[in-house]
Formats: sequence, C-alpha cells, structure tokens
Amino acid sequence: MTLKLTNIAKTFPGGTKALLPTDLEIAKGEILSLLGPSGCGKSTLLRIIAGLETPDPGASIVFDGEDVTHQSVESRKIGMVFQSYALFPNMSVRSNIGYGLKMQKLPKAEIAARVDEVIGLCQLAPYADRAVTALSGGQKQRVALARAMAPRPRVLLLDEPLSALDAALRNHLRDELALLLRQFGITAIFVTHDQDEAMAIADRVAVMSQGQVAQIGTPEALYRNPATGFVARFVGDAMPLEGRIERAQMHLPGGVLTLPQAGDGQQVLVRAGDISIDPQGPITGRVETVTFLGTHYRIALSGVMAGPLFMLHAGLSAPKPGDEVRLSIPPEALLVLPMEMAA
Amino acid sequence: MMRPITRHVPLAVTLFACAFLLIPIIQSILAGLTVNYFRGLSSGLTLKWIVQVWELYSDSIFLSIWLALTCLAATLAIGVPAAYVLARNPGRITRVLEEFISLPLAIPGLALALALLQLYGTVQGFRTSWTFILVGHVLYTLPFMVRSVLSVLAAIDLRTLEEGAASLGAGPARRFVDVVVPNAMPGILAGALTVVTLSIGEFNLTWMLHTPYLKTLPVGLADSYASMRLEVASAYTLVFFVMIVPLLMAMQWASARAQRIMQ
Repeated sequence: MTLKLTNIAKTFPGGTKALLPTDLEIAKGEILSLLGPSGCGKSTLLRIIAGLETPDPGASIVFDGEDVTHQSVESRKIGMVFQSYALFPNMSVRSNIGYGLKMQKLPKAEIAARVDEVIGLCQLAPYADRAVTALSGGQKQRVALARAMAPRPRVLLLDEPLSALDAALRNHLRDELALLLRQFGITAIFVTHDQDEAMAIADRVAVMSQGQVAQIGTPEALYRNPATGFVARFVGDAMPLEGRIERAQMHLPGGVLTLPQAGDGQQVLVRAGDISIDPQGPITGRVETVTFLGTHYRIALSGVMAGPLFMLHAGLSAPKPGDEVRLSIPPEALLVLPMEMAA
Repeated sequence: MMRPITRHVPLAVTLFACAFLLIPIIQSILAGLTVNYFRGLSSGLTLKWIVQVWELYSDSIFLSIWLALTCLAATLAIGVPAAYVLARNPGRITRVLEEFISLPLAIPGLALALALLQLYGTVQGFRTSWTFILVGHVLYTLPFMVRSVLSVLAAIDLRTLEEGAASLGAGPARRFVDVVVPNAMPGILAGALTVVTLSIGEFNLTWMLHTPYLKTLPVGLADSYASMRLEVASAYTLVFFVMIVPLLMAMQWASARAQRIMQ
C-alpha cells in the first residue's frame, strides 16, 4: 500500500503544538522509521495515521488513493503494535492473534488456518494455548506483532515496539523484527528513539525534532550527509567542535583544521570514529581517560577545544592518560552545517 | 514468670471476645430448634418452628430474593457502564460525579426513604408496587457496584487495551463486550455479591417503604420479633442466617480476588 500524508498537524487543547504541518509519502512495501527524542511528535504522527488522534483541520491521509482522514480506527484496516503490547489479558495467545480475524467475521476454519500460519511465522507454536499473562517480554512482543499481522492490514504501525525489553533481548529482537517485516512484505511505519533500531530496521528514516521532520532519507544518506546539526548529533553521535572559523580553516586551542569548504558563520561537527592518532596530525590533545570497549578504545581528550573531545581508537594498544598525542581528521569527515536555534 | 502471662492474657481476651459474640448466636439457633425455649433443651428439638416460619413468611423470602436479583440486574445495567465512563474520563468532573453517586451512602436509609415517599408516594400504582422498594435498593447499592468496578478498571491500562481492539477492527460496542467487561469481571463479581447481600439485608429504607403486602426478609424479621413467640422469631433468624452467611463468605472471597488483580 502507498501512503500519502498532506498537511498533518496537531495542536493539543491548551495550544501546545505537538506536530507542525507535515507531508510524507511512503511507497508500497517500504519500512519507514520515525526517529527522534521524546516529545518530538513522532508518536503523535503515528497515532494520527492510525486514527487514534484527530489531526488539525486541513489534513489529508490517503491510503492507496482512498481518503481515510475521517475514518475511525476500526475501519482503516491497519495493524498496530503498541509499546505496552496491549494484549488482551482475558484471552489466550491464539485468541489474541485471531481477534482481528473474528472482527472480519471470517469462517472459524479460515480463522484457525490463518492464525496457525502467523503463529508458525512468528515461531509461537509452543505458546499458542497459553495465557498471554504467562509469557516473557520477548514472547509478548511477538504475539503483539502476530496479532497485528494476522488480519493482513494495509499498513503496519509500530510504536516503540522494542523499548519495553531489556538491552540484550532488544538487540536480538531488532534483527528478528527486521527480518519478519521483510518476510511479510508489508508497508510499515516504525516509531523509535533509538537510532540503531531505526538504522537496522528501516529502508528510510525520518528524523524528527520539535514537531517537524528535520530530514528524511536512507540511513546511509542521513549518516553521510546530515542536513542539520541536530540530525548529525542524533544519527551517529556527531560532536560539535568549539573554535573559530575563518573561511576553510577552523582554529582550535589544539591546532588548525582544514575544512572541506568555507564555513564562516556555520558550525562544524565530527564523529568520534573519524578522529585518528597521527604523528603528523595538525592538532594536539592530552589523553584524559581510556576505556577499553573490545573492538576499540574510547579516549577522552582535553586541550583540543574547551570541552572534552572523544575519539575511537582501533588497535592493539592505546596511549595512556596524560600522554600528549597528535591527531588528524580528514577534511571530508568534518560536517559543515548551518547554525541552528538553541533548542 | 512474665512469659506465661504475656502469652495467656491475649488468648483469654480472644476467647472471651469469641464467646461474647458466639454464645448469643448459638442460643438463638437453639431457641429456634427447641420445642419450648423456657423449659430448655429437655423439652426436645423440633423443626416445627422453621416450618411455621416458612408458612408465615415464605412470601417475604421470595420477595427478598426477587428484589435482590432485580436490584442486581439494575445495578449491573447502570453501574458497569457508569464505572466505564468514569474510568475512561478521569478528571475533576469525574471525581465530583463519583462522590455524587456515593452520596446515598452518607444519608440514612430512613431519610432516603422519606425523600422517595415525598417525591413519588402519590404516584398511583407505584407506591404499592414492589418496584418502589426496588428503586430504594438500587439507590442504596449502586455506589458499591460502581466503586467496585471502577477500582478494577482504574488498575488496568483500559485506554491502550481498547485502542488495541479498535486497531483490529472492533467498534465501541464490541470493545465493551470483548475487552472492558471481561477485564472488569473480578470487580463486577465482587460488586454483584455486595449488592445482593446488601439488598437482602437492607432494613432501614425498606421498612419505611414497605406495605403490609410487601414485606422483605428483614422487615418480616422485625415483624416476627414484635408479634410472634420467641421460638418462631429465633427460627426466622436462623433462616435469615442460613441465607446471608454463604453470601457474605462469597463476597469476602470475590473482593479478595479483585484485590489481588489490582496489585
């Protein structure tokens, strides 16, 4: 299904603008992630698409050419996975999964067959007749997905579906979810505050900030060419460098860096992974702390700029705290972006 | 020497309290079963007083059961949807409404009955109908149903559950039947048992509203105390006891269960 959103905005009673006018198009079979910090409007946008919130007047939501703006949730034929899963505690796993099919008034035999099919896909066979209250977090999450998918919805909406799980399970289920969604081949919108989750699951990511889409693109495009400092910081943890810019040069307390282009009046950001130790490097810093992280070391440096600067160092050994090191950053790794209003 | 005292005194107090409560009950039961209470147990045991109670007051017993069941039906039909609306719309107005529903609890049954009589006492056919008493019972028991259901609904994430059902295609009526009612069931059950128990035992209000042809179980009890011999009155008490105690026990069990769900 294709999805076309035009002029979607939401003002809450009291005047808070949760969402500024937003346009969005999603292609058939595409998985789009809405990524942003809490309060950025991503959940509101998802709930408007679902029909759980009413947008401000003037909005239009079109599913496959059909205007559903004024349709109720129950008639939109969507599937939704909630953060708390919203499984019905009074029903078994099987009844939960079959509920949407029962609402479509399908014959019992067909319901049973389709429930079994989804149970198989989601590897829930051993738990099919259990009470949902007796399941672990990961199992509940799969039941929620199976329940949303069983009625073959036009679009699947997922609201922070992994955030109720602990970290280890979350990473595991993230990959599993990405695989399952592609198996289903469904158009899906996935809300998350976790950039790794968005990158792992989505074809395209819409980074949201303060009720607006700041940038939309493939994970790689967002990472390589962020449009704003916010996107650079949120996707890939870029750090702003604090120094004086003169045309294509940046003067830091620790030395002078060459920028890829003139940057007067702009800001410069860099990612920890793009800084390397180089005896011929143009800037110097002092090692403050060294943290061993398995594949690499994370080093905090002082003296490069007013605040600390972090770098990742791959190698079999690392400098020690107190050492003076010379550093280099390739000009193409420096992100020169417009200044933004303080958030 | 201190320890036996600290151990025995509480035991003695407990036993004394139990005896204080139990002996009158046992005496009353025995009075209802002896041929002549003043001559004591030596006069022999009999069921004839109970048979006599049945002959004299079976109408009261049936009326009370009927009233309790219709009262239950009414409180279910009004109380469960009311609790649902209150649970779905938390806020100041809701709290005021909740207090308003609970108001009949704070007003003595006699005053409530007087108000009903003043308002509707002259309505032809209504004053002498059993439905007049039913209205009083519903007013008095409704808060218990609403509160019981509301406390269970407030403990679950009703809104998200309903949103989940809606996303699967369930309209408002289906959501109420499939999601709200089953998940409120422990509260409904506890409320239902409370309503039935209160309705069967209600005296104040019913006594004001009753007519000579409409006597409920407790009103009949007062009548038997006033005008029958002690053995009949005691046998009546025994019948009342047998009806109300299982209800009380079931009520205890149901509210304990609802409490567990809420935690």
